[in-house]
Amino acid sequence: MRLEPVANPTLGRSIGFPAAALALTVVVASLLTLLAGANPFETLGLILAGAAGSKFALLETLNRATPLIFTGLAVAVAFRAKLWNIGAEAQFYAGALMAVLLGTGALGFLPWFVLVPVMAAGAMLAGALMLLGPVVLKVRLGVDEVVTTLLLNFIMLLFISMLLEGPLKDPMGMGWPKSEPLDQAARLPRIVDGLRLHWGFGIALISAGMIWVIQARTTLGYEIRAVGQNPQAARFAGVPVARVLIKTALLSGGLAALAGWSEVAGLKGNLTLDISPGFGYTGIIVAMLALLHPGGVVVSAIFVAGIFVGADSMSRAAEVPTYIADILLATALLFMVLAILLTRFRVVRG
Amino acid sequence: MTNTREAQDTVLRLSGITKRFGALTANDAISFELKRGEVIALLGENGAGKTTLMNILFGHYTADEGKVEVFGQPLPPGAPGAALAAGVGMVHQHFTLADNMSVLDNILLGTEPLWRLGMGRGAARRKVETLARDFGLVVDPDAKIGALSVGERQRVEILKALYRDARILILDEPTAVLTPQETDALFETLRKAVAQGLSIIFISHKLHEVMSISSRVLVLRHGRLVGEVKTDETDRHRLAELMVGAEITAVAPSEATPGDVLLRLSGVSTPAQGNRPGLNSVDLDLRAGQITGLAGVSGNGQGALADLLSGLEAPTEGEMDVAGVRVRGWSPRTAVAHGIGRIPEDRHRTGTIADFTLTENAVLEGYMKPPFSSRGWMDWSGAERHTAEIIDKYDVRCPGPDTRIRLLSGGNMQKLILGRVFEAGPNIILANQPVRGLDIGAVTYVQEQLIAARDAGAAVLLISEDLDEVLALSDVIRVMSEGRLSPEFARGSMTPAELGVWMAGQGFEDAA
Repeated sequence: MRLEPVANPTLGRSIGFPAAALALTVVVASLLTLLAGANPFETLGLILAGAAGSKFALLETLNRATPLIFTGLAVAVAFRAKLWNIGAEAQFYAGALMAVLLGTGALGFLPWFVLVPVMAAGAMLAGALMLLGPVVLKVRLGVDEVVTTLLLNFIMLLFISMLLEGPLKDPMGMGWPKSEPLDQAARLPRIVDGLRLHWGFGIALISAGMIWVIQARTTLGYEIRAVGQNPQAARFAGVPVARVLIKTALLSGGLAALAGWSEVAGLKGNLTLDISPGFGYTGIIVAMLALLHPGGVVVSAIFVAGIFVGADSMSRAAEVPTYIADILLATALLFMVLAILLTRFRVVRG
Repeated sequence: MTNTREAQDTVLRLSGITKRFGALTANDAISFELKRGEVIALLGENGAGKTTLMNILFGHYTADEGKVEVFGQPLPPGAPGAALAAGVGMVHQHFTLADNMSVLDNILLGTEPLWRLGMGRGAARRKVETLARDFGLVVDPDAKIGALSVGERQRVEILKALYRDARILILDEPTAVLTPQETDALFETLRKAVAQGLSIIFISHKLHEVMSISSRVLVLRHGRLVGEVKTDETDRHRLAELMVGAEITAVAPSEATPGDVLLRLSGVSTPAQGNRPGLNSVDLDLRAGQITGLAGVSGNGQGALADLLSGLEAPTEGEMDVAGVRVRGWSPRTAVAHGIGRIPEDRHRTGTIADFTLTENAVLEGYMKPPFSSRGWMDWSGAERHTAEIIDKYDVRCPGPDTRIRLLSGGNMQKLILGRVFEAGPNIILANQPVRGLDIGAVTYVQEQLIAARDAGAAVLLISEDLDEVLALSDVIRVMSEGRLSPEFARGSMTPAELGVWMAGQGFEDAA
């Protein structure tokens, strides 16, 4: 058996295989819920209801999707250029840290409509700098960015831990490792009064739209695709490959940092060590499921968030462990990767 | 080659070999016989089906129809190794030798049983030495492969096949990497081999070699055997027609009218990269309205010179002037900005981006300026208009500008690159192996375009490993060897043999 490239994938091929992947995911999840001793239809129904069954559930899902849209975009932008940014988690924390540094009184003299953009810009800068180091090492010395960005995640987490146990520790925090809460002016307002959905979601959607435009319409987007698909030809033609990679890194790191900023300023109000349940890593899944398309990132982030939120509420009702959410995502990703392969390649015998 | 021996028995018979890949029929009912002591040439353009046929013979592919018989015994289809065991040896274009092992070890590799490693080496050495003497394959059995020249490595490959008692030898484009002198030596060896009863299939698209070595010529075109002729009953012209399927006219450039020096290298050196030599104190003038041909054996610094003019590398020593202005901050983009049009050696990996559309590929060098973009915003309609013009003007056969370029044939891909380069109005054109792998129709087209560019006043540097091409097109010729450049030879002042001496690296010290 070997793979033969398909010259021009048909529409049926490019929609059929991903659809089949989702169907297979549901089948596998159903079998696993059977193993857990629950009715699969009921369980899936509960997940659906928990994710989108009510206004509250839906808003909760969108809330959870917000950081995933940012990290998903960050990964998608970088992967387009074949820049393997596995460090969205560290960049997330860099953004969250910046939100706390700027939003707990240091710039208290600024009105909210100045403070909020300044914090966002500061967060983006911090995230961009997180990724700048690995990319400069890659461009100059050929150091593998997978290793450096991945390891920076742990360094950053330990660094935040040190800060939260030391200089950033909230004196009123009863000894818990958490930062002081943000000033009211530094917080993102809610879109709907009384419900938890905040403006971070709106900014995430705007970001996705902007990335879409950058990729389709600007010279930078064209350069990023050229460098990603064939750096040798890009370099020969005169595309400044190193500069494009650095710009990509700044964009990617900045986007991931916005996730951390929006979680702190929109949802949590302060920084803790468990503020991210792996949003940076899940961003990779989101981006892959979206085939690196910014519009797709929004859809797949909401899908992934829905599974997490829905599985949480389902496990309370049906007594199936929430791990089912992780399994669902993992199988969805595996099948989707296979589906992507099968849209582009045909299996031939002999 | 006359065959005085009576034994005209058939050693290899292919009957009705057909192989299809999807809609493409790579081999269409091909039948032929190879006699003992005979050299047949398999002639055909790239994509004519030569390689597929040999892969079927060696069991790498299974034929859809037809069968292969060696010495009267049918070969099991799809069994790699069966042909080898039956006495068929192949010398590939790209050698399969281990650089860090000796000649003898390479020859023995894979023939000795593991549990007797090292045993019988004396006998093996004597056999290799006998073979080397009988066939005129002079090579030191204890030399490391890495220290050998390309011609010597090829001798090792042939020895390897002979050591395994090959009675049928297949040579795939064996002269592509040889100097004319080395080619002569190879032909001497082949003549000795057939005199001893071996049979040879010689795969090539170089007509004069086919004429000089073979006794029969099989011509493949689009997967079909379109001609089988006795070599002494045909001529080069007739063979070329059979190959292409139409009357062809060789390009014949008119007298050049050289103008100013547009590019000057003075004492330029660049560092070696891995196995590839750098430039060694090179002086070069490219004049307007003149084609300078660069001849040389592959891997002697042509790549370094091409990279230098492309902007991929900057001189570490010496100076480079474009149109009388010393260049600073040399990069691919500044090279384009200085009016250098670059046709790269590898159009698939360097010249184009496979999954980009024709439009995206057509603006790869100029996307940052109007009419393709302004202030960072792409103007795709402007880019598409430009691409449509190129498609029209350069006769690029394709479904449209939105087609991904990897669906195009090599010739059409090259035409798009020509359009991209020429439409930018270059003063200096670097054409690195511009016709390699193209069919003859496309070859003629590309060569005519280069001559037209010369006549319009461009300075052209033509780098080619095909000496015939260099001789046909160039107004002046330089030979490159180990990063050094020979003096300039005017058109017609040197025979191929005289150039071969330079290609082999002789004469440089005297010329300095």
